[in-house]
Amino acid sequence: MNLEDIIKETKTYYCLECGKCTAVCPVSRHNSNFSPRFMLERALMGFGDELIHDRELFSCLTCYACSHLCPSDVDYPVFTQKVRNLASSQGEHGDCTHSGILFSLMKLISRSDIKQKRLDWLDGCRTSQRSEVLYFVGCAPYFEPVFQDIEVSPVNIARNSIKILNALGIEPMVLPNERCCGHDLLWTGDIETFKKLAQLNAQMIKESGAKKIVFSCPEGYRTFKLDYPQYVELDCEPVHITELLAQNLSTLSLRAKRSNPEVKRVTYQDPCRLGRHLGIYEPPREIIRAIPGIKLVEMEHSGDESICCGTSVWTNCSSYSKQIREERLLEARATGAEMLITACPKCQIHFKCAMVDKGAEKGPDIKMEVMDLVNLVANAMET
Amino acid sequence: MAEFEPKIIAFCCNWCTYAAADIAGTSRIHYPANVRIVRVMCSGMVDPIYILKAFEMGADGVLIAGCHEVDCHYLNGPLKCDAMFEKIKSVVNTLGLESERLRREMIAAAEAPIFAELIEEMVKQLKKLGPSPLREGVKV
Repeated sequence: MNLEDIIKETKTYYCLECGKCTAVCPVSRHNSNFSPRFMLERALMGFGDELIHDRELFSCLTCYACSHLCPSDVDYPVFTQKVRNLASSQGEHGDCTHSGILFSLMKLISRSDIKQKRLDWLDGCRTSQRSEVLYFVGCAPYFEPVFQDIEVSPVNIARNSIKILNALGIEPMVLPNERCCGHDLLWTGDIETFKKLAQLNAQMIKESGAKKIVFSCPEGYRTFKLDYPQYVELDCEPVHITELLAQNLSTLSLRAKRSNPEVKRVTYQDPCRLGRHLGIYEPPREIIRAIPGIKLVEMEHSGDESICCGTSVWTNCSSYSKQIREERLLEARATGAEMLITACPKCQIHFKCAMVDKGAEKGPDIKMEVMDLVNLVANAMET
Repeated sequence: MAEFEPKIIAFCCNWCTYAAADIAGTSRIHYPANVRIVRVMCSGMVDPIYILKAFEMGADGVLIAGCHEVDCHYLNGPLKCDAMFEKIKSVVNTLGLESERLRREMIAAAEAPIFAELIEEMVKQLKKLGPSPLREGVKV
């Protein structure tokens, strides 16, 4: 796909140069070198080459804050995705975080001969060999050792998700050799490896006979729901665990912690994939409100105005990312909430990372408990 | 068909294991030629990406070898290496690789015969295991 096709597909021609995108962009607020409007203008004015070799191309969080406000409905995140693909075919790439191990892992997982051992954490969960429902675990088993230093446990989220499904009377299948969904590869321009992963996953899911796939990770959910249909045939319905929970709240018995009768104030961070990408704002809030002993308070920017956690697709994490995070955490603290709830493991990783950073200017002011929504529900089920 | 010859990438610390490998050479100790040594200044500088990249590019086994804890030129390199190794071992295990494919050893500068024995042992084990499942599509 060349730049002209990308411009047509994402309706960039309709740009009014109003600058709402740059005004609302969380990156532009801190990083004056990055501006969605400037990026689009360069594509339209025939400076495509300059655009492709601009290192800020990989700074976009693809959080959809810009396109959400755009009066002409220009799809800037998809524009970014496709231009990154062009750029990566010319040898350009962003700065990988964690020295690139996560991208190396994605590539290794795409090799067809591997036999992963990714399910040794299933104790206490009831799963079945044959079921209509499949639980997509995602990267949790790989994230677990990598992020143990900042006390994030994605495997715990996966375990609790299955326990919640069990409580709803579902014994899901899990794929023993499930592949990475490829979300991060797609959004950094490596469409070749993404396609390979998509085909491997689609094949396995077809063989498993699943009719419904449950996700606890918004990125996997988005990828299966919006991106996979463009590349592979998928004959089942993806659903996020918050949607499933919100529909079946009455079947769960949720209780407040007996040890701590005081009402706890919590606030909710909308993950961009779940919120602006897929429009799921209410189900997570319904769930939080249904838990006794917990009061949901909203941040200054919430729902479709919510601000991203500062980094996406493990690329270009910079001091600006840290500033975005600090600002968001200050906003969360300002609500008086004791706990920040999110529905995406990556949000949790990014916020926790900002808190343990010894160089952070705001230091103690941004410390607060961060928890995944799934874990919050699981805790309320146990007590 | 010729017998399978595994490829081992060894990250050896400049002060101990690299010296041991050097002495093994100058003392004419025989050991298999399947190992490719990458000299690093300290085992503590080996990053997880080095290991994954080696597997990505078709290595059948990876060895990280450096000083014993008390010998480190930089005080605590081996401890850093151990902490890193624990993490990456778990990741590599999840990928489905056998534990013999990734090893962490401590070999002092004077322990040339131990280095030669280790390589011999690794090659034997890797020959039994066969090519790495991650090798697909990589010409080695």
